[in-house]
Amino acid sequence: MKRLLIAGVVLAAVFAGAGPVMADPVDDTLEIDGIPITTRTASPEGHPFDEVYSGWLFREPETRDAERDSIENPGMIAVEDGEVLWSKVEGTAGKSCASCHGDAAESMKGIGAHFPKWDADSKKPINVELQINKCRTEQMGAEALPFNKGGQQELTAYIKYQSLGMPVELDLTQGDMQSWWEKGKDVYYTRTGQLNLACASCHETAMGKFIRADHLSQGQVNGFPTYRLKSGLTSLHQRFRGCIRDTRAEQPKAFSDDLMALETYVTWRGTGLSVETPSVRQ
Amino acid sequence: MASKPRIKVPKSASAGEVITIKTLISHEMESGQRKDKDGNPIPRQIINKFTCTFEGQLVFECDLDPAISANPYFEFNAKVPTSGTFVFTWLDDDGSVYEAEAPIEVK
Amino acid sequence: MNFTRRHVLGLTAGAAVFAVAGARISPALASAEEAEKMIMEFSGGATPGEGKISLNTPEIAENGNTVPVSVTVESAMEGDDLVESVIIFADGNPSPAVATFHFTEMSGEALATTRIRLAKTQNVIAVAKMKDGSVFMDKKQVKVTIGGCGG
Repeated sequence: MKRLLIAGVVLAAVFAGAGPVMADPVDDTLEIDGIPITTRTASPEGHPFDEVYSGWLFREPETRDAERDSIENPGMIAVEDGEVLWSKVEGTAGKSCASCHGDAAESMKGIGAHFPKWDADSKKPINVELQINKCRTEQMGAEALPFNKGGQQELTAYIKYQSLGMPVELDLTQGDMQSWWEKGKDVYYTRTGQLNLACASCHETAMGKFIRADHLSQGQVNGFPTYRLKSGLTSLHQRFRGCIRDTRAEQPKAFSDDLMALETYVTWRGTGLSVETPSVRQ
Repeated sequence: MASKPRIKVPKSASAGEVITIKTLISHEMESGQRKDKDGNPIPRQIINKFTCTFEGQLVFECDLDPAISANPYFEFNAKVPTSGTFVFTWLDDDGSVYEAEAPIEVK
Repeated sequence: MNFTRRHVLGLTAGAAVFAVAGARISPALASAEEAEKMIMEFSGGATPGEGKISLNTPEIAENGNTVPVSVTVESAMEGDDLVESVIIFADGNPSPAVATFHFTEMSGEALATTRIRLAKTQNVIAVAKMKDGSVFMDKKQVKVTIGGCGG
């Protein structure tokens, strides 16, 4: 019995001595179809990190390669699906997105880099998904798309893709964006769930370390909707909810105030990174 | 939602040049290994064959098993003798056939 | 015999190993056997040689659902120096068959890349059959890890 105890203590000491495994983000550059993509840059004023890194830098070489030539990027299927939806007439007004917005390559350029924006009507931040629904209900006489359904992810991916390469930058001076940013910051640092984890627990404090076999990134959102090798196209609020579920907490509803505040704050944390939609991640 | 298959074929080549072709098609590739919420097996439905021909001649073919990932991706080579058209076909377990074409010019 | 706890633990661990190795019905080994059988079927009984074929896989798969794999075979792809087909197996999957590539002279080069599903750490095996009946094989181990947060 005593020998067993000693053996156990020795083992514990060995594992404790090994320490947490840590790895820097890779030193690699990304061009997508020849478009230079900023994957690391100086952080904005007041940011906890000196440099912001795209999640791309934390992935295996084969995963990183999947973004370089868009024909290899499985997320582009969603972008093409979104393109089809862009021209699809829906609702009582007999319009499609294209009816008002014409060629998305022109009209949607910059959208992906500057949303979420302040929406004076709802007095809340509005993201691309909610803007799509606003257009549908107010301009098209169509029903709002339910969360992650009806092509919402595909349309969002298509719209954001029109800003590929552009640096993310939010205008926090609009309306009450600043207080929603504060609220989002609160959400980011608040521990939740049985596992008592905050976003910051993994993406700030443990950034660069490994959670089981995943290399923890800064949790940036410049590439959403993203194509996950594990499960295909994933929207931002889907990912928020999944992460929160994994802390064993109750999941906030998609587009709820908490998650809209979080999206605002987290998007700001990636200021300067290029829109990478649709990114390829694990 | 099935968009058209994505293919990348160079627009031109010199006679006899070996080019690289890349293809990507949207498909769940339901392996038959998964079970639904009630524990019932979800039936297999995959693309089981991919073929590339050039002016009717076989260039490359793949017999796919369920271990091929969702949204099957292929990269392979082709020797281009003359100007012509590549034809790509994907066969679904359910009998559907998906097709795409790409012309190439030999300078 | 006086069994101390340590003795019992040691035996159990050993027994577990023997059970897995000896049982021959555990899924992992059945797959490896199945793979071997399929290789022989493909090769027409010939034992595959080394060389000519090169299998490229990541050392560690970012996610087992989507693992890029590529295979090249040295061949002029003309006349009698021709690769007819290359078969890919994953010897630790529930079903080892992955894909069969067919090449012709029009292929120009015998090269193919695709993405595969690997259920766990295992060997990916590629076997090439040449027009003259000769058979070559390459094998690579791919580590498939469990990720962190599901999300």
